[in-house]
Amino acid sequence: MVQAMWYTGHEVIHGIGCLGGVCGACATVYRMKGDFRLRNALACQTLVQDGMSFSMLDSYPIQRAHYDVAALTDPKEELFTFYPESATCRNCNACTEVCPQGIDVRDAVWRANFGDFKAVAELTMSCVMCGLCVSRCIAEMAPHEIALYARRAYGAKELPFPSNLKTRLGEIEAGTFSREMNHLLSLSPAELKKECEVKS
Amino acid sequence: MSDLVESFYSRVPVLDETPPPALSPEDRQRLLKSYYPDYRPEGKATLRVGPNAGTVVPEEIATLLESRSRLQGSRIIPDHPDREVDVLIIGGGGAGITAALYAAEQGVSVLLATKLRVGDSNTVMAEGGIQSALGEGDSPVEHFRDTFRGGHGENDPTLLSVLVSEGPRMVEWLVSRGILFDRDPQGNLSLRKGGGTSRPRLISAKDYTGLELIRVLKEDVVNSPVEILEFSPAVELLQGPGGACAGAVLWDLDSRKNFFVKARTVILATGGTGRLHLGGFATSNHFGATGDGLCMAYRMGAKLVHIDSFQYHPTGVIFPSEMAGMLITEAVRGAGARMYNLLGRRFVNELETRDVVASAIIRECSEGRGVPTPSGAFGVYLDLASIDRDAGEGTVTKRFPNIVKLMTRHHVDPTKVPILVYPTLHYQNGGIRTDENAHTSIPNLLVAGEASGGLHGTNRLMGNSLLELFVFGRRAGLEGSKEARERPPFSWKEVSLAHVENFEQALAREFEGAERPIAPTLFPDYRRKDS
Repeated sequence: MVQAMWYTGHEVIHGIGCLGGVCGACATVYRMKGDFRLRNALACQTLVQDGMSFSMLDSYPIQRAHYDVAALTDPKEELFTFYPESATCRNCNACTEVCPQGIDVRDAVWRANFGDFKAVAELTMSCVMCGLCVSRCIAEMAPHEIALYARRAYGAKELPFPSNLKTRLGEIEAGTFSREMNHLLSLSPAELKKECEVKS
Repeated sequence: MSDLVESFYSRVPVLDETPPPALSPEDRQRLLKSYYPDYRPEGKATLRVGPNAGTVVPEEIATLLESRSRLQGSRIIPDHPDREVDVLIIGGGGAGITAALYAAEQGVSVLLATKLRVGDSNTVMAEGGIQSALGEGDSPVEHFRDTFRGGHGENDPTLLSVLVSEGPRMVEWLVSRGILFDRDPQGNLSLRKGGGTSRPRLISAKDYTGLELIRVLKEDVVNSPVEILEFSPAVELLQGPGGACAGAVLWDLDSRKNFFVKARTVILATGGTGRLHLGGFATSNHFGATGDGLCMAYRMGAKLVHIDSFQYHPTGVIFPSEMAGMLITEAVRGAGARMYNLLGRRFVNELETRDVVASAIIRECSEGRGVPTPSGAFGVYLDLASIDRDAGEGTVTKRFPNIVKLMTRHHVDPTKVPILVYPTLHYQNGGIRTDENAHTSIPNLLVAGEASGGLHGTNRLMGNSLLELFVFGRRAGLEGSKEARERPPFSWKEVSLAHVENFEQALAREFEGAERPIAPTLFPDYRRKDS
C-alpha cells in the first residue's frame, strides 16, 4: 500500500516508520469493491489489489496512564486505578478481529482483569502498538496500553530477578575483571590486536 | 502460494548439508578485499572539504557531507528563540530516549525532537538481541576480545571497555523497567549465540527485541518531564560563543516552518544512513535513516571516524521483491540455519563475522552461483528448516515468530522452504568521533548511538549496537546535563549560523562554484518520477 502511494506520486510521512511491519505507524482501514466489510491492515505489509480503497489512520487518540513501574505496589489492583475502563469489556471481540498481528486481544484484556499478567505477556508479545483495537472498542478502552502495563508489571514485579545477571553484577562490582581489563588497556594497538586475534 | 512464489520454489535444488571449507585468516582477508563493498574501489569519492578532507568514502556519503544547507537565502535568526532548554536531544530512537530519561532525572529541562514519532528508529526494528557477557565462563574481557577481533582491531579500546563493563548494569536497568527478555527454565536470562563470538552472549525478546525495548522506553519518556516534539527533524545546528554548539533549527514537517531552539547542550542521536542506499544496496533501515546528524555536525567541524565503513547485513530478503531489504536476524544462523548457493551447496561457515558472510554471498552471486529472481536480482538460499530438524519441530515458530509471520504474509513458509537473501545495507560502523563521555570535537555537542563512531571499529558484532544505545545514551544524558549546568550563560545575540556560511564558502572555493546538493534530505524519495 505504501509503495502504491509512492507510485501514484504521493509523499507519505505520517504513516511511515520502519517499513518492516514492527513499528505500528501504518495502521490502515480498507474496503474491497462489492464487499461491505471494513478491513484493517498494516500498510507496509499489505499488497494492493484492484478495487481496493484505503485510508491510513495516522494516529488514534488514547488516554495513557501515568505511572512509574518501579513504584507499583499491587499492580493487579492498580490496573483498575490506571485503566478503570478495562473492566467494562463487553466481549464483542471486535478488537481481536481487527488486530493485524492476529493477537487474541479480547482474551488478553480479560486475563489482565483477572490478574494473569503472564498470560497477557504471552498473548501480546507481537503487539506493534498500532492502536487499531482502540478504533473498534465499544467500551472505548485502549487494549494495547493495558497489555503494555500488564507486561511491564509482570516483568518488573512478578518475575524473579535473573540470577545470572545478579552474579555477574556482583563480580563486576567486586572488581573481578579489573586486572585483566586494565592489562588489555595497557597494551599497544599492535599488541592488543595480537592478544585478541584468536578466539579463546 | 502465489503463482510467482510457487514457480520460484519449484526450482530449489536438493540441499547438500556437507560443511563448507574452513577459512584461514588470510582467506578471510582475501575474501573481504575482493568482494566487500567497503574495500572495492568503485562508487567512491575523496572528501575535499571539511575536517575529514582527504578521506575516501562512498559517493553517497560525500554527497551528504559536501552539501549545502536547507536554510538558503537570508538566514536571518529571529529576535527570540522559539524555545530555550538546558538539553536538546535530536533523535527519538533508543539512544535519544535513554539520554532523555537520564538527563531529565538530573533535574534539567530536556527537549527531545525527532523526525517521525518517538521510537521510529532502527532500534524498534532490531530483532536479534543485546550482547552482554552474563554466561558462566564468559566475562566482559571475553566480550572485549571478541568485539575487538570482529572490528578488525580498529575499535577505540577505551570506548569498548566502557561498553563491556557497563553493559550488565544497563541490562539490569532494562529488566527493572519491565522489559521481558527470554528466560531459561531456571529464570536466568537466556543467552544465544551470534556470529564472530566465542560464547553465547545475546539476550533477546524472541525476535521482537527492539520492539519490546521501544514500547517500554517510549512509555517511560512520554511519562517523564521530557518535552517531546515529533515530526520535527533538525536541519541545522546553531553556533554559540567560542564555536560551541548552542542549539538547533528544527523543521516542522506539518506547518513547514523553522523552529529555533536555544540549548545549553545538544545531544545528537540521529542514527544511521541506510536510506542513502550506498552503492544501490537495499536497506534494512527505517524510513528516516538519512544521516542528518553526520551532515550537520560535519558542517560545524566535528571530526568523523571510520566513515568509510558500513555493515552490509548478509541476510536481507531479496525475494519476493516487495520485501527487499527486510532483515532475517543473524540469530537464525546462531540457531543452526544454513545457506546454500544455486547448486544447493554450502559456501561459507554461517557463523563467520557479518562482513565475511556478506562477502561470500556476493562472491557466489558474482561468479554465477547465485539464484536468479524474477525481477533480475540474485541471492542465496537461507534454510531455516535445519533449525527444526536440530532442535525439534516448532522451534522456528517459537523463537522467530515475526519472521514466520512476515514471510507467511507473502506466501513463503520459512519452516518449509528456504528464504532467498542478499546482503542489505544495515549499519554505519563509524560516525562522529566520540570519547567515553559522549563528547564530539565540538564543545557542548554530544553524540550517542549509531551516529557516533569509534566503538565498533570497521565491523560491528551483532547485539553490540543495542547495548551501545543504553551504555552511551546514559552517559550522554548524564554528561549533557552536567555540561548544561556548568556552561556560563550566553545571549541569543551570540548565536549564529556562521559555521554554515563558512562551510558553504569553502565548498564554493573547492568546487569552483559548481552547484552542490542540499542536505539533510530527511527522507528518501521513492515516488515515481513521471507520476
